[in-house]
Amino acid sequence: MERHFDESLQALKHQLIKMSAMSEVMIADAVKAVVDRNPALMAPVWQREDQVNHLQIEIDETCLTLIALHQPAAGDLRFIMGAAKTNAELERLADEAVNIVQKAERLLKEPSLKPFRIIPEMAVIAQGMVRDSLHSFVNRNVILAREVLLRDDRLDDLKDAISLEMTDFMAKDSASVARALDLLLVSRYLERIGDHATNIAEITIFVVEGRDVRHHSDSQPHLA
Amino acid sequence: MKLNDMVITVKDLNLFYGDFQALKAVPMDVKRHHITALIGPSGCGKSTLLRTLNRMNDLIPSVRVTGSILLEGKNIYDSDTDVCALRKRVGMVFQRPNPFPLSIYDNVAFGLKVAGLNDRHRVDEIVERSLRAAALWDNLKDKLEYSALELPLDQQQRLCVARLLAVEPEVILMDEPCSALDPMSTGRIEELMLDLKANYTMVIVTHNMQQAARISDYSGYMLLGEMIEFGQTAGIFTSPHDNRTQDYVSGRYG
Repeated sequence: MERHFDESLQALKHQLIKMSAMSEVMIADAVKAVVDRNPALMAPVWQREDQVNHLQIEIDETCLTLIALHQPAAGDLRFIMGAAKTNAELERLADEAVNIVQKAERLLKEPSLKPFRIIPEMAVIAQGMVRDSLHSFVNRNVILAREVLLRDDRLDDLKDAISLEMTDFMAKDSASVARALDLLLVSRYLERIGDHATNIAEITIFVVEGRDVRHHSDSQPHLA
Repeated sequence: MKLNDMVITVKDLNLFYGDFQALKAVPMDVKRHHITALIGPSGCGKSTLLRTLNRMNDLIPSVRVTGSILLEGKNIYDSDTDVCALRKRVGMVFQRPNPFPLSIYDNVAFGLKVAGLNDRHRVDEIVERSLRAAALWDNLKDKLEYSALELPLDQQQRLCVARLLAVEPEVILMDEPCSALDPMSTGRIEELMLDLKANYTMVIVTHNMQQAARISDYSGYMLLGEMIEFGQTAGIFTSPHDNRTQDYVSGRYG
């Protein structure tokens, strides 16, 4: 039997989709501001952060009200708990996009260190992880969620590659230290975005299967 | 809220059973096409308040009422009120399903016949529309001549709702409409109430706080004849203003 309550759960999904779409655009704009040296892309990131913050409060209110009014159990309860946690992850990954823009403000005042290769690739992977983790959450797709978990390794490897490259710049030319450090941090923020997406994927697996896979706990047989 | 959003406005309502005061200066607004729930411990006055809304308490000899209840702006306690017409406009569903010992069809058609409607074609139409609105038509359309008393309890209760809908009430009062039903049947009645909200205004009294939370838009918490707190249900159940409401909805009292 289709319940009126299901309409409320559907509306909650739509709020999360809206927030995730906004966060993805923020990441894309922030990285483009750095890579294309385009200052016009910075202001929209700040504006969207405001909207994301508002959405975070709205979604928390929705979750609180649904729990208070409907006393959800089992799958419904896991979904609403998962939505509240996903909400926090989305807000924090949007903050990472803002961090990138803050670095862009400084980087754009200096000449470019070198053509960008790794950071754009990291941005594409991070955006894809955000999109797919949220997609897996709203569509209860654990296969996609597990696939998102695997992609995080590539992001970590790329971040390590940038670390090496930037350390090399700093060692050779002290004038490059500030810029190299900022780019290192940009890669760190992208890597963190991947971590938030990973968390959403883990939340999805918990919501769908009722199994907590954080901290590799699903490799322990007694929890399987 | 705009004035014409309100179907019923209760102001400063006092009700006495002899020397005992059961309602104390109660205020309440009932918003059009919304569900308003009255909650509170036994004896708090919630059923008494519900029964004042279509003057059911008039049937008790020692009752005295002061204050006003405006239905679409007119005080139903004015001396020129036609109480029968009032109870057609403000219908009631009771705790236990009370279908008449008649066929399903005749139960729904009863009010129409009392009102003098004899056009069989028209009556057929209204019976079908009412049973559809009560989510019974698909199950019962081939059994209209069966006795209503043979139906399971939740269908009997929905039939009572259909019987009410046939005479086109403006407000439906429900006094513990699910207390005789199991959880699945309760769920079906609750879904029906949510469906009916598009066209009807409802006031429900319930001991089941979770039910009030699930289905109502506005809730009033009553205690010892007073309206302690009245407001949007989401607010009452997430951040009530009064500590007594807080204690009740969190299960510390009552």
